[in-house]
Amino acid sequence: MFKGNFIDNLPKIYGTYTGGFFIFIILMAIAEQAGMTAKTIGILFVAFTVCIYAIIGYLSRTVQVDAYYVAGRQVPTVFNGMATAADWMSGASFVAMAGGIYFGGYTYMAFLVGWTGGYVLVSSLLAPYLRKFGCYTVPDFIGTRYGGNFARFCAVVVLTLASFTYVTAQINATGTIASRALSIPFELGVWVGLVSILLCSMLGGMRAVTWTQVAQYIVLIIAYLIPVFWISNKSGFGFFPHFMLGEEVARLGALESQFGLVKNAAADIKAAGVPGGLKSIAVSHAGVPEGGMAAWKFISLALCMMVGTASLPHILMRYFTTPSVKAARKSVAWSLFFIALLYTSAPMLATLSKISLIDPNLPTGIIGKPIAEIMQIEWVNAWINVKQAFIADFNGDGILQLNEWFMRGDVVVLATPEVAGLPYVISGLVAAGGMAAAMSTADGLILAIANALSHDIYYKIIDPKADVRKRLLVARALLIVIGAAGAYIASMRITSILGAVAWAFDFAMSGLFFPLILGVWWKRATRQGAIAGMIAGLASGTAYLIYVYPKFMGNAPWLGIDHLRFGIIGASVCLVVMVVVSLMTEEPDKATQQMVDEVRVPSGKTILGKQH
Amino acid sequence: MSNKEKHWEKTKGLMIITLIIWFVFGYLIFMFGSDLNTSSFMGYPLAYYMCAQGSIIAFVILIFWFANRQEKIDEEFGFTEKEDD
Repeated sequence: MFKGNFIDNLPKIYGTYTGGFFIFIILMAIAEQAGMTAKTIGILFVAFTVCIYAIIGYLSRTVQVDAYYVAGRQVPTVFNGMATAADWMSGASFVAMAGGIYFGGYTYMAFLVGWTGGYVLVSSLLAPYLRKFGCYTVPDFIGTRYGGNFARFCAVVVLTLASFTYVTAQINATGTIASRALSIPFELGVWVGLVSILLCSMLGGMRAVTWTQVAQYIVLIIAYLIPVFWISNKSGFGFFPHFMLGEEVARLGALESQFGLVKNAAADIKAAGVPGGLKSIAVSHAGVPEGGMAAWKFISLALCMMVGTASLPHILMRYFTTPSVKAARKSVAWSLFFIALLYTSAPMLATLSKISLIDPNLPTGIIGKPIAEIMQIEWVNAWINVKQAFIADFNGDGILQLNEWFMRGDVVVLATPEVAGLPYVISGLVAAGGMAAAMSTADGLILAIANALSHDIYYKIIDPKADVRKRLLVARALLIVIGAAGAYIASMRITSILGAVAWAFDFAMSGLFFPLILGVWWKRATRQGAIAGMIAGLASGTAYLIYVYPKFMGNAPWLGIDHLRFGIIGASVCLVVMVVVSLMTEEPDKATQQMVDEVRVPSGKTILGKQH
Repeated sequence: MSNKEKHWEKTKGLMIITLIIWFVFGYLIFMFGSDLNTSSFMGYPLAYYMCAQGSIIAFVILIFWFANRQEKIDEEFGFTEKEDD
């Protein structure tokens, strides 16, 4: 099935796969009716999907350099779009985003705008040109455009820092999901997750990651959309939630003013013994906070996420795999289309979840009801037992108030199907979806780092005479080392999922955004300028992060630029330094200028050869 | 001006238009979030709708439109890729 003209058969292959997955879901539903336990269903869902990915990973094994690094540059537009969407949507997008909106409302939704708008920058400023360049990795572009190993090395440093920050969060998410679904300790779950991730990428590099990511996208989008539509229909909120929840959003506003949005004092929370990471609703769902500062905070967060998107190497490298420059552009559009399917559903899920819980007129509502009664509900008990939810009766009236119900953000995605009374098979499906989301992103990130180290550091700088066999061996060894390092850090549980994810964007934009776009759009940009820009940008961004982050120095943010937005400082410094130093140094030689001219037109040969 | 330079001028023009539209949907409208929210669309407060769906849909359409426009520009100046490139 994977032999012959595999590419022409893709729609058929993935169509069969999707059909097979639906049959599996139906079989599980039947098994549930026949009395299979929830735990077994959860295990089967995760194990079955992970096995499929591993088989795809094995079938896509390769010994060719261009297949390993850029999937042979033959991934069709739409499929590359799906793969990018899976690459992009992390465990955080899948598990934590709806929860973020649930607690943060409109303010949090700056992430939605930021994590989609960046693709406009990718398509108009970067992807087609990098594809024309024909590089294997992002530092490959920096190294060739600006010349010299030091520029290449600086790009590898920024790439590694940004991607590694991100990857620990992903391995952490796979660990959480694996431990929950398979009922094993978290520390073990992390390593199970890592093995699953490596199975998808080890043998076939980019080629294997591409075809597993397409499979993972299909699982994750089915797992996200089915519950959203089902809940909305079952609870009578509307047949098509995206267009029909206006009333519910308005009702949430009314309920918020009825119950009152109370921000609990930190001392009260501590005295009540609320477990860490649990929150209560204290921010309006759809209301826009007044004032210029609030608007600036929204916009600045969106800006960081957008510019960060356009600088993250694991995303940019996906567009190296398309057959042409034209396909790279179209592929960006398809990527965002597939991402939008999930991102426009997240606020709907948050709305559904919130209204189900806080509307006392609904059978599922818990706010405003006697606590003794709520404690009888099965799902409430289950989540309180695992410290994912908590009730603190601050005013001692025995009635649950809005500010007395605490839960973790992840619970919104994981428990809403249960709250709405959907069968357990849906919870199993959601676990498989979360696993797919976290695995696909982790694969892309680990591969981006390992490829940069093996191609740019080992092959281009240390041993340019290495043969293909040795290069691929080093690449695979690095995959394992980097994955293991990520898993080790994740198993120490030091960061919450979202804080770290936003940092990756800020690191990437601080060091890479301007060297990348000016490399294409400004012929005058010189090697010295790019090197100075990367170093100054990364150093100033990092210094500002240390200055402002509460757990480091904790100084008051300047102009509202807090630790989630430090990329604004880094990227600005990078731009200024890069332009000034470029203008002070001699302009690039004729050959380089000609190379830039060549990059700007789609036709003709790529700058770097097919095999390099 | 050579063919290549003219092609690049047009490409730059398209890039600037694209980024202006991007700026409007990504930033400009959210500078007036609280004003927008007084009106509604399909029952949703407008600012809420724009960040939940509106801007995201606008971005998707924008990129498809951009890709088509750029293909036309490449065609006009004879820089379309050949199949065997």
